[in-house]
Amino acid sequence: MFFQLGWRNIWRNRRRTLVILTAVVIGVWSMIFLSSLMRGVADQFVSNGIKTLTGHIQVHHTGYREDPVVENSIKNPAGVEAVLTAVLPPEAQWAPRVRVNAVASNARHSTGITMVGIDPSREAGVSFIGEAITEGRYLKSDDPYGIVVGKALVKKFETKVGRKLVLMSQDTEGETASRAFRIVGVYRAEMQATEKQFAFVSMPAAQQMLNLSHGISEVAVLLAEHGQAMQVANTLRAELSADEYEVNTWQELLPMGSAIMKIYDWFIFIWFLVVFIAMGFGIVNTTLMAVFERVREFGLLKALGMKPWWIVKEVLIESFCLLILGMVIGNAAGFVSVLAISRTGIDLSALAAGMEYWGMSRVIYPHILGQDVMMANLVVFILGLVVSLYPAIKASRFTPVEALAHT
Amino acid sequence: MSIDLKMAWRNIWRHPRRAILTMAAIAFATVLLVFMLSWQFGSYDTMINAAVKVHTGHLQVQAAGYHEQQNMHLVVPDPVSVSRLLDDIPDVAAHTARATAFSLVSSHERTYGVAVRGIDPTKEAQVTTVGQVIRQGKYLSDDDAAQALVGGLLAKNLRVGVGDELVLLGQGRDGSIAATVVQVAGIFSYGQDELDRNVIYIPLPYFQEVYSMQGAVHEVVVLGTSLEAVPRIKRSVSAELKTIDKKNKLVVLDWMELMPGLIQSIQMDLISGFIMYLILIIVVAFSILNTFLMVIFERTREFGVFMALGTTPGRLTRLLLLESTTLTLLGTAMGIVAGSLVTWYFQVHGIVISGTSEMLQQYGLPERMYPQLSTLSIAVGAGLVLAITLAAALYPALKVRRLRPVEAMRAV
Repeated sequence: MFFQLGWRNIWRNRRRTLVILTAVVIGVWSMIFLSSLMRGVADQFVSNGIKTLTGHIQVHHTGYREDPVVENSIKNPAGVEAVLTAVLPPEAQWAPRVRVNAVASNARHSTGITMVGIDPSREAGVSFIGEAITEGRYLKSDDPYGIVVGKALVKKFETKVGRKLVLMSQDTEGETASRAFRIVGVYRAEMQATEKQFAFVSMPAAQQMLNLSHGISEVAVLLAEHGQAMQVANTLRAELSADEYEVNTWQELLPMGSAIMKIYDWFIFIWFLVVFIAMGFGIVNTTLMAVFERVREFGLLKALGMKPWWIVKEVLIESFCLLILGMVIGNAAGFVSVLAISRTGIDLSALAAGMEYWGMSRVIYPHILGQDVMMANLVVFILGLVVSLYPAIKASRFTPVEALAHT
Repeated sequence: MSIDLKMAWRNIWRHPRRAILTMAAIAFATVLLVFMLSWQFGSYDTMINAAVKVHTGHLQVQAAGYHEQQNMHLVVPDPVSVSRLLDDIPDVAAHTARATAFSLVSSHERTYGVAVRGIDPTKEAQVTTVGQVIRQGKYLSDDDAAQALVGGLLAKNLRVGVGDELVLLGQGRDGSIAATVVQVAGIFSYGQDELDRNVIYIPLPYFQEVYSMQGAVHEVVVLGTSLEAVPRIKRSVSAELKTIDKKNKLVVLDWMELMPGLIQSIQMDLISGFIMYLILIIVVAFSILNTFLMVIFERTREFGVFMALGTTPGRLTRLLLLESTTLTLLGTAMGIVAGSLVTWYFQVHGIVISGTSEMLQQYGLPERMYPQLSTLSIAVGAGLVLAITLAAALYPALKVRRLRPVEAMRAV
């Protein structure tokens, strides 16, 4: 009966209820929608990092991360590979790489790059490069002199597919090793910095050039979900000797990504609070008005023997109805608007350089997180009821005599 | 005080609780906006200054095309006359010349490809912070020749310390081989991996000799007295340059052109900030709309009497608007005062967001950020709130004109 009463009471003044309902709906909508956009940005940042060669987990020879040179390679990759095949979940992908700093030069230009020797088919399952070729072709597994470079590097070097590019680095003996490659393909990446940094060659070509025999620099593992990394890494650590191998998760490899996620956690929570406070004033004010209009009514109820607690309950239930209705509509609106842009995303190409400055991609795809939705609704619901306590208690304090004398 | 104003004032305080809550909502939005805008503007200043002081300066004179291609053959052939010209331009605080060449640098054990930069030690220190980030050894002096400053990460990768020798191998401007041995004089660390891993500084005269620059440089870097002076400096430098650069081969680039990412990321931050503020103020506006709306419900009889007594609808609207404007202005004023105090407190003490210092360092930003209270942030913040809340107040004020005296007087 209380609910029926509450529901009818809020519609006694339709316009007023609609106004405050609008405030709640816009508030809840903005919580859902903006948090999904922020999550989208953070997610993209991390996914970008993960796809740009980081993967979810990397295995290195101990010391490579401190000092990434050929001496710190994994000399016997077969052992690591056996462990990976045995331990990794079936949907996980992994790829071995040779990765060293090198100098790329042609007749006119030279610059420092990172040379990555890859197993083309395995690499395609782990990082972006498999689908990123825009001119020419992708590498073949035994391409002896083929090299795939980024669009930005091609532009800077004033070169094109079919031209020569000389790479120079240090081999395992510390001697200068150089090899002439021919550009067979050009790739595009989210960021120009990536395009300028990485040049891909086949694994045998890199090993031969660096005098590595079968050694590799790292193994990158891609899992089905970001969240599995910690657990899988622990299993790997148990299997691989700690003296010889280092196993790192993306959280350790991309400290920026983790930091951004943490900042956004806070930011989203603060945004929820701020929006709530903005509508909280309205909720209190509107409920107060509704209560003060009905001083006589409450007085009468009390004179008839209604307990103060029941009046508190009555007013709270009115707020409850209002909040629930606002939350339902707000959530629905939030989900619908996220759905509407989830396919195309929000294209910020006009500000591409700005996005690149922060290492973010050009298109933002919203990402709804269950915890954000829950948090948004809890904040609105609980705090909404808490602030309604004030008018509710006010209403319960009217004494019958005074109230009935009130005009 | 005119009678209308007096009436409005008294009407507001007919419901003190309601009035206070409404003003509090408006004040809250104002405080938040003033603080956040000050924070944003403050961080932009910090970002721009940090970026400018690390490397680019406010303006650079370069050969056309050098910025895009970084081609070492595109030079400023006569830096002396450019700097003489800069000396005469007001608002120029300092300037220096630089040259850059990509080279191989080798220690006993390791070889890496790096950017070797020739700098004028004394003048460079006036323009950028390089002199302040030396962690080991010492900064270069003007008499140094075969001495180098090496980035911390690069030194680690090369396994060298202060006093060790490095071999530089590159190509001179004339196509000849440029090779030399330099001694590590100091190790610098900006905290930005990009610079700490890839850059070596040597004295400019020595650079010009080794890389056969024939007196030329790649960029003349200018630091203005303030950010606001940059467009002015740019105009005068461009005009003056024509006198010495007859073939029009030199260009003046300001920091926005040198770092398009920076200005765009600021725009992005501003846009996303404004979207959030707009949503917030709209929520506030709906929150307080009821206060204005209630007037119509509660005082219908009163308005009916007014109209019956001959008050024109226009005056009624004016009266209601006067009420809501007074209420809104009071709220905004309180918000401005409280917002300025809060902002001022943090402007003095700074804010550290825990766990972000490393990230900020990578972008060359200090870990402690300071909001910057300005008339602009106050005006924009309070202006937005005022505009939108007053728009909300318009609806009831216009609605009152539709009342019919007889019906209104009969209303409960």
